[in-house]
Amino acid sequence: MISLKHYLVLAALLFAISLAGLFLNRKNMLIMLMCIELMLLAVNLNFIAFSSYLNDLAGQVFVFFILTVAAAEAAIGLAILVLVFRRRQSINVAELDELKG
Amino acid sequence: MSFELILFYLFAGVTLAAAVGVVTVRNSVYAVLCLILAFFSSAALWILLQAEFLGIVLVLVYVGAVMVLFLFVIMMLDISREMLVERFVRYVPFALVVAVTIAVEMILVLQRGHFSNTALYEQKPLPDNYSNTEALGELLYTHYLYPFEIAAVILLVAMVAAIVLTLRHPDDVKKQQVSQQVRTQASQQVRLVKMKSEERP
Repeated sequence: MISLKHYLVLAALLFAISLAGLFLNRKNMLIMLMCIELMLLAVNLNFIAFSSYLNDLAGQVFVFFILTVAAAEAAIGLAILVLVFRRRQSINVAELDELKG
Repeated sequence: MSFELILFYLFAGVTLAAAVGVVTVRNSVYAVLCLILAFFSSAALWILLQAEFLGIVLVLVYVGAVMVLFLFVIMMLDISREMLVERFVRYVPFALVVAVTIAVEMILVLQRGHFSNTALYEQKPLPDNYSNTEALGELLYTHYLYPFEIAAVILLVAMVAAIVLTLRHPDDVKKQQVSQQVRTQASQQVRLVKMKSEERP
């Protein structure tokens, strides 16, 4: 029998892997965006697992909204990525240091 | 071990392996393909959790639209030089420490007896004629109607923003100046000329 804990552990591992990916792929902004998508997927898995095991559909509605916002975020993020590549001929995040932040 | 548990371990293993592939593969196209695999097996997990509608939406929206967008951007950008660039190797230990710490912390929290309480967290059997899509739609169009409309506006804003950001205005192309067209007066465009009518030969 699958318990809630199975899904929560899986989501925790998925989140940790994508966090490590954010650190490892500092040179490639595209893969950083993909890691953010993976993080959102892990969070969505948590929402759906709780929704299913608490027999409450509200969690699935929230996953619906998170999917919407994630799609918008991916579209705008990729647009900004294209702009950055047009100006700099590179998507290396380490080079984007003109603000000296 | 029940059949469901075998399915869970299969899909969970594929998801985790694909996630590791996304963060370690050097070629961006392979990374996108790994991400598609991760989304696909997660959709299977969601269907295993009786969230059929969202599982299908994940495949249609993410695999069908967002991932294709990623692939298009990769192919547009011509980052073949970027693909083989080495990673920051000195960040590997740091990344491993942070990731392992976070994973261990979250799993330790889950080890408390609360989450193993099967009386509290129990999947109740659903009736035979239960439709996940129908139930979700009823909830979405009644209790969550305003958030639903706001989500539509967010998508519209994202679409406008993406178009405005990436639209190019090259200088050497002839095009309409809409503002000048609207601002124009009849006196600038039409010249009335008085002339005698010609006689019939």
